Amino acid sequence: MDNRERILAIVRKVSDQTAVPGPDESLFDAGFLDSFALPDMVSELEREFGIKIPDSDLNPRKFESIARIQSYIESRM
Amino acid sequence: MAAIKGFGAYMPSRIVTNAELAARLDCEPGWILDVSGIEERRYASPEETVTTMGVAAARAAMNTEEIGMILVSSGSGERRFPGPGASIAHALGLDGVPAIDLPVASAGGLFGMALAASLAPIHGNILVIASEKMSTVAMREPLERGVAPLFGDGAGACLIGPGIDPGAGPVIIIDSVLHSDGAFAEDLRLDFDAPLSMNGRSVILQASRKIPAAIGELLERNAKSASAVKVFLMHQANQNLMDRVAKALAVDPSRFYSNIRRYGNTSSASMLIAAAEWWHDPGPNTGDLICFAAFGAGFHWGALLAQCL
Repeated sequence: MDNRERILAIVRKVSDQTAVPGPDESLFDAGFLDSFALPDMVSELEREFGIKIPDSDLNPRKFESIARIQSYIESRM
Repeated sequence: MAAIKGFGAYMPSRIVTNAELAARLDCEPGWILDVSGIEERRYASPEETVTTMGVAAARAAMNTEEIGMILVSSGSGERRFPGPGASIAHALGLDGVPAIDLPVASAGGLFGMALAASLAPIHGNILVIASEKMSTVAMREPLERGVAPLFGDGAGACLIGPGIDPGAGPVIIIDSVLHSDGAFAEDLRLDFDAPLSMNGRSVILQASRKIPAAIGELLERNAKSASAVKVFLMHQANQNLMDRVAKALAVDPSRFYSNIRRYGNTSSASMLIAAAEWWHDPGPNTGDLICFAAFGAGFHWGALLAQCL
């Protein structure tokens, strides 16, 4: 499974949805994430990719879409 | 060492329901409850000010103790300066006693308690007061559905004194941790003559991590576990957030005292109001560990640990 698929699996898990968001689609506007699913997703990303995301990087815009999440995660790997 | 001698609170009598606000905000009353856990809140009358509410809460927290200092937290005072500290002291008949304002917003009650614990051995009994008239800022036009229904008015107070004599009080303050980080200052702010501005996603994301981390830091350095804490008295910002903090600490959410359903978010006053209610019923028993925690604009956050001897 590549990084994008791993991220998609996490988004589906925390959103409890089976639909697949577009790479640049806003996960908030499309209903995959809300204020309380976002912290869950960040924790899952840390666990899945074995990284520690510093609080200073916790800007919701970094996690707005699959493409943005992938870009950020790969910058931390 | 310092001890908690009492808590008090004052809540305005006017109840504002979700149904009343939903009509103005073009939303369903149930939506407000779902996203916040808030069913109703109190709004102060025009005659009830940050000062009058703070005075009433202070009187409920004390008897005839001699007061050496007053710390007053408010982010919703009627004017830029002076803050309400000196006015509250004057109304309490405490002219000449140093009264210090702490414009720290939501974490103000916690910061006040932590400062009082450090200063009480020097200054004697310290009144910590947090009083907020948030309706004046949350209901400022243009109304925002994600902000306006969250807030309410009220005041809380705590009397903290030197804990070295047997009569000082049964609940000793063990330790506290306080943190501030201005990197996200723009995400929760009240500018002059503007509505309250809140990036809810950022606030919840940061609070979800920082509050459990602060509590964990405090417990770890005092060799205590979260499961040993009898009650968590936390800033009442959002029921979903409190449940999330409980989950992060692996404790049952029922150990987080909650009155947000009735009062909404009263900013810096909320933690002291919750503490005052808990203090009077059921109140502390010998051996109980009590953990206070708050997070808010700044961001400022932290936790304080106390124990009933």
